[in-house]
Amino acid sequence: MFCFCLACQNETTKEHQDSNEELKSTALKIFDYDEMAPIFHQKDGKIHVINFWATWCKPCVEELPYFEKLHEHFSEDQLEVQLVSLDFPKDFDTVLKPFLEKNQLKSEVLVLDDGRANYWIDKIDPSWSGAIPASIIYKDDKREFHEKQFANFEELKILVESFLP
Amino acid sequence: MNRFFSISLISLLYFAFFSVTDHSGLHIGDKAPDFSLKNIDGEYYSLKDMDEVKGYIITFTCNTCPVAVMYEDRIIDLHNKYADKGYPVIAINPNDPDVKPGDSFDEMIVRAEEKSFPFLYLFDEKQKVYPAYGATKTPHVFLLDKNLVVKYMGAIDDNSRDASAVSETYLADAIDALMKGEKPNPSSTKAVGCSIKKKA
Repeated sequence: MFCFCLACQNETTKEHQDSNEELKSTALKIFDYDEMAPIFHQKDGKIHVINFWATWCKPCVEELPYFEKLHEHFSEDQLEVQLVSLDFPKDFDTVLKPFLEKNQLKSEVLVLDDGRANYWIDKIDPSWSGAIPASIIYKDDKREFHEKQFANFEELKILVESFLP
Repeated sequence: MNRFFSISLISLLYFAFFSVTDHSGLHIGDKAPDFSLKNIDGEYYSLKDMDEVKGYIITFTCNTCPVAVMYEDRIIDLHNKYADKGYPVIAINPNDPDVKPGDSFDEMIVRAEEKSFPFLYLFDEKQKVYPAYGATKTPHVFLLDKNLVVKYMGAIDDNSRDASAVSETYLADAIDALMKGEKPNPSSTKAVGCSIKKKA
């Protein structure tokens, strides 16, 4: 399980410390690209949907509900959804945390805090220009990359369904 | 018959246009298309009209994208450093203001005044220029030589979030290389940016 791996990587991740006890439940999971890289290549028979977004990206925030709604249509055994935030470090505590506290997302939110975009954009997908929103859908060796905002939930659902056996 | 001919011609032009724009735009070594776009002063500008220019720093940018805003001061500095040497910044807002009202022509004027932009700030009102270049985001730069040949494209530097933490000044290095008659290396880079706003 990847969640478990995240827990065991705690030493290397820059887990955001917050003295406020109430906020502890929403501690941000912050990684650089190399730490995050395994999530893009899990061969566990599950469909993985990974969306790149940021609170400052309006079309990204608009389509977040579509990713959330996937949980109503697919079981945890079939599908994992991860939302990779590209928010700026200066906004972590003041914007991103309050956003996550307010919206209580079902999908796991990870923060990619790595200024070396020219290094990791191509590693994530050579066809990606770096514009967000962008999403990966993959299962084992089958993989699609979408540099776009999904028009509606149905469009995303049909794409995910195409990965079902 | 005439009508049939016109329709065929229109379809042909349509096909020609989209077969170009459907591609991922310009590549290094391609000749970039010229354009005529309205500047914040109300005048229309084309690249061919610019005298004593050795190249062009075409910068797709806008008012509203936080990444583009973080680069405003750096774009101003680049223009101030290189315009006199023959390499002016030409900023182009590619966004549809119906989708992003903060990127309307009037708002462009407001932002340019606030920041005292020393460069042209053009409006790609018909959204024909950015797809022809293959721009996908703001900011997104294309460095052209005086013959409009693309010499460098992509990011301005390697740290959008913090100008003081930049270690690779990709665009400035590319201009310096061009001035020395060398090939920029790297000639193409990537950075995170905001998707260009168009109607669905």
